[in-house]
Amino acid sequence: MDLRYTDAEEQFRKELREWLGDVLPTLPPKPGPHDWPARREWDTGWQRMLFDAGYAGINWPTEYGGRGATLTEQLIYLEETTRAGAPYIGVNFVGMLHAGPTLMYEASDEQKAAHLPAILKGEEVWCQGFSEPNAGSDLASLQCKAVRDGDEYVITGQKIWTSFAQVADWCELLVRTDPDVSKHKGITWLMFPMDTPGIEIREITTIVGSSEFSEVFFDEARVPVANRVGAENDGWRIAMVTFGFERGTGFISDLVETDRLLTELVALAKKVTRRSATAWDDVALRREVGRLQAEMDALWAMTKRNLAQAARHGVPGPGGSVVKVYYSELYQRITDVAMRVLGRAGLAREDVGGLAQGTFVEERLRSTSFTIAAGTSQIQRNIIAERILGLPKDR
Amino acid sequence: MDFELSDDQVALSEGVRSFCEGRFPIETVRELEGRGGVDRALWRELADLGVFSLRLPEADGGAGLGWADTVLAFVELGRALVPGPLVWTHLAAEVLPGAAAGDAVVAGFERDDPAGLLEHPDAVDAVLVVDERGIWQVEPAALGLRHVGTALDPLTPIAHITEPLPRGDQVGDGDAAAALRLQGAALTAAYLLGLSETATELAVAYARERVQFDRPIGAFQALKHIMADMFTRTEVARGAVYAAGVTLDDPAVGSVPRAVAAAKVTAGEAALDNGKACVQVHGGMGYTWEVDAHLVLKRAYALEPQLGSGEVWAEVMADLLDAAG
Repeated sequence: MDLRYTDAEEQFRKELREWLGDVLPTLPPKPGPHDWPARREWDTGWQRMLFDAGYAGINWPTEYGGRGATLTEQLIYLEETTRAGAPYIGVNFVGMLHAGPTLMYEASDEQKAAHLPAILKGEEVWCQGFSEPNAGSDLASLQCKAVRDGDEYVITGQKIWTSFAQVADWCELLVRTDPDVSKHKGITWLMFPMDTPGIEIREITTIVGSSEFSEVFFDEARVPVANRVGAENDGWRIAMVTFGFERGTGFISDLVETDRLLTELVALAKKVTRRSATAWDDVALRREVGRLQAEMDALWAMTKRNLAQAARHGVPGPGGSVVKVYYSELYQRITDVAMRVLGRAGLAREDVGGLAQGTFVEERLRSTSFTIAAGTSQIQRNIIAERILGLPKDR
Repeated sequence: MDFELSDDQVALSEGVRSFCEGRFPIETVRELEGRGGVDRALWRELADLGVFSLRLPEADGGAGLGWADTVLAFVELGRALVPGPLVWTHLAAEVLPGAAAGDAVVAGFERDDPAGLLEHPDAVDAVLVVDERGIWQVEPAALGLRHVGTALDPLTPIAHITEPLPRGDQVGDGDAAAALRLQGAALTAAYLLGLSETATELAVAYARERVQFDRPIGAFQALKHIMADMFTRTEVARGAVYAAGVTLDDPAVGSVPRAVAAAKVTAGEAALDNGKACVQVHGGMGYTWEVDAHLVLKRAYALEPQLGSGEVWAEVMADLLDAAG
């Protein structure tokens, strides 16, 4: 076991740090949260800068134009970009981390050539059409149907929780092509152009007031059969392939952010006074924050173990579910403590009176989604119990 | 960076595990209850395995290994519920003759510990007392020991210290004492991690076997989620415990007190929470002396406060955050 970075890894960090130091000050101001065309331009502009500097697709294989970096280099990349406050992956999320990798594994050479370079350069934005109103945790029960008509599929139904649908060019779409077989077997994976007639996009307003998610309605929208990836009715397996691409790097940016949030929590507790002392003078609070930091450090160590195991054996240690369950709930606990420290100061969602309540109130609200999105904590616990501990299924 | 066990470390872990399976099956551990928790012959076998001398130079009969390796051995000892003052005897190996070879059983505590209790009073040959100024050796006979008949952990018998604590003979300076605290807390965390692992395994095995409502109770989500949490706590703590070992060996990779604090806080919590959950998953049987669940929980309670409870180390962590900010 070794936690030291090699000279090559330190050199990678140094070059990246220098590059970030050069380019970040040149970025235009960040657009408003609801100005989607401007947000697309900003996010894809950053993607193009990454591409030109050789950092785009840090985890993509070199044969698809990526950097093919080692897992430790990916860790360093995520640490450094997050620490430096570099833009998030934003609207490039689905293309870079989900649809792109799926295409690499499953698409034809022609399909790969048409999309992978464009995703990497920030020229093509993807969204995900998986969840439906009646297919959330039970995704395989999805009903949005595609009926074959000559060399086209005719699609009718509804998708929900589609991120960045309003600015996406393409959608990775799961559709029901055979309603008469068991639910996992009648699903097909399609590349759906978002300018196809017959679709309607309605933004969802989240509890923080943001609008990144949409519902997408399909009313006999037609897409060429050539847009199908893989075989008809093999879509469930293809959708699952991407999980095999995950090597334990999924939460590294979040861990860096959470470390920062804890540091900010200490600073906040030093500023807030209650009963003539600061909140930070309260030993109970100090212990609580100390405990949270201990858990954070443990989670970091576990992440480094997962990476090492993925590098060695191809799969990360005890699985992404363990990190997701623990991280998401730990983050919520941190923001809970912050709300308690803030007291009535937490009535404001922006910084008032020299306190940093903006971040904490926002994060408390936003983090309610962490235990829901990408598999609820309850589903994750089922996965841990059944797939890792080997407990029997209750079905 | 490669934070995965080396082949040698895997072999070490497996070696200690198979030794424990052979020499310390749970039946043997239970038998030791009537004998003060320590059997001299078995203690010497632990010494022969290298439990107390792993880190000593090969010239001194040790294996020349590091803290990261030692931590792995202690996880296995905890996993098997091996009783006795293992951590203190290991820490004593460098300062007290006979400890490394298993001839001396050594217990210890911090001078400012208000409990006034000595563990394994019938077995110990020497006692180490740690304070700010150093490490001190005290004769057990000088402590005016009065047996306490009812110990929390049946395998951790105790005596009350009735005489004023003597100063003792100095065997280490203040720096050595500070280092010992960190090292001992890390080893205790490793043992606690082993306990939390065992608690999970016992619970899972029972839940797969026990049938109610015509199915194994492990099929019920309410119980699945308890056990998923047991596993999760264990794996998170494992990261911290291994990192504490690596950091003790190579302080260039991070702050030693911080790494130890993370290990002790998370492993202590994992052992206690998993011990309680293990009893719960066993239902009524979990409340019996016959089922092993209580032994895990009781050992967790006995060791969680050793060389600083989770509360103490959480405060240390807060102080470190203070200093950093």
